[in-house]
Amino acid sequence: MGAGHGHRLHFHAHSVVHRAPAHLKILLLLAFVLTVVATPREWYPVFAGYLALLLGVVLLARVPLTYLLPRMVVEVPFLLFAALMPFVAEGPRVVVPLGAWDVSVSESGLLAAWGLVAKGTLGVLASLTLAATTEPTDVLRGLQRLRLPDLLVQIMGFMIRYLDVVTGDLGRMITAMRSRGVDPRSPRHWPALARTLGALFVRSYERGERVHLAMLSRGYDGRLPGDAR
Amino acid sequence: MHVPDGFLDAPTSVATGVVAAAGVGIALRKARAELDDRTAPMAGLVAAFVFAGQMINFPVGAGTSGHLLGGALAAVLVGPWTGALCISVVLLVQALFMADGGLTALGTNITLMGLVGVFVGYAVFRLTLAVLPRKVGSVPAAAGLGALVSVPAAAGVFTLLFAVGGTADVAVDRVLAAMLGWHTVIGIGEAVVTGLVVSAVVASRPDLVHGARGLARPTSLRTEPVGEVAA
Repeated sequence: MGAGHGHRLHFHAHSVVHRAPAHLKILLLLAFVLTVVATPREWYPVFAGYLALLLGVVLLARVPLTYLLPRMVVEVPFLLFAALMPFVAEGPRVVVPLGAWDVSVSESGLLAAWGLVAKGTLGVLASLTLAATTEPTDVLRGLQRLRLPDLLVQIMGFMIRYLDVVTGDLGRMITAMRSRGVDPRSPRHWPALARTLGALFVRSYERGERVHLAMLSRGYDGRLPGDAR
Repeated sequence: MHVPDGFLDAPTSVATGVVAAAGVGIALRKARAELDDRTAPMAGLVAAFVFAGQMINFPVGAGTSGHLLGGALAAVLVGPWTGALCISVVLLVQALFMADGGLTALGTNITLMGLVGVFVGYAVFRLTLAVLPRKVGSVPAAAGLGALVSVPAAAGVFTLLFAVGGTADVAVDRVLAAMLGWHTVIGIGEAVVTGLVVSAVVASRPDLVHGARGLARPTSLRTEPVGEVAA
């Protein structure tokens, strides 16, 4: 429970990118990914430009690439899907020499796979850069300035604040299960896992009730203190 | 699996973004009407619970793993509006802080998992509950069936979006067949886990389960004299 106060993806440093106002960074990120998605995938040099731009920002932020790259694994299941594209798509086929074999693949599928990988990777890297350079509280304040409904920002705030508590709760329960010879991933032990998740729900729900009462006793009236509006 | 950037074209992404914004807006109002000023802490904690539940990965073969989506589960436990709100917040946090699911695909992800997954799951849950005998024991079974249908339903809507704004030249009927087949298998796992989790909560705290309201007998405090107390 004594977990760090930053979130797992934040990289502490001091740079222009770290200091930039969060709402500006969110807007720029949104504009960037929208532009990337709207760019026709045949414009190969433009994507190189996007990558250079992004790497420039990362360099400016002084976040090492060795920090960002391992965190890009969230993309892996989707890369597998993209890799299937050339084999399942329709249209004229081209032969690609792949080592000793010549593999016949769909031309449009190959192009689609390139588009998916390029756009997906740029999106993941850009989002990670925002997460690495912005404290969660600053992101929330930025979202508030961007007129996201106040209640939604509050819910996000509570989720982030208690994320480590709840995942820590689950982690200890899983450890307890494993130490008793239960493999939570195996369907054979799903009943035990389900009781754990049920208990986690009851704990989380009751924690929410206690948090609410504690807030009421400190004068909560539906808005958090310190809000500009 | 969360839809990443570049999977659907820009117009489709923006359109689903509008749908998602409208859905979340209504959910905010409905959840507030139900939870009042408890909304922020309660929905926040339930969202953290959903996130934690999604962290448990199950191997599904070929080196990939799937996880609980939790749409139907959240709908049955805390009601469809609060459930949709919680799932949407989870997706928002995952996209902004963990790069899980693209930012441009956020509307698509919220529409698929937060709206379609939750409401289809809840509708099937309600319909099943109306057919089954009116007792608490029916709730987990109905929840499981809701989860079973909700996953292929979300996959079906994804295929529809893919047909409109897909970026790959794949025959739609093949995508539909593959998506529905694959997600029915995932749905079975989702159904079993959802049913078991709901049954575990119903067994210990039936008063907390939104879907079991009106079915659980209210518990009352009973006091009895236990005889002479030794002096």
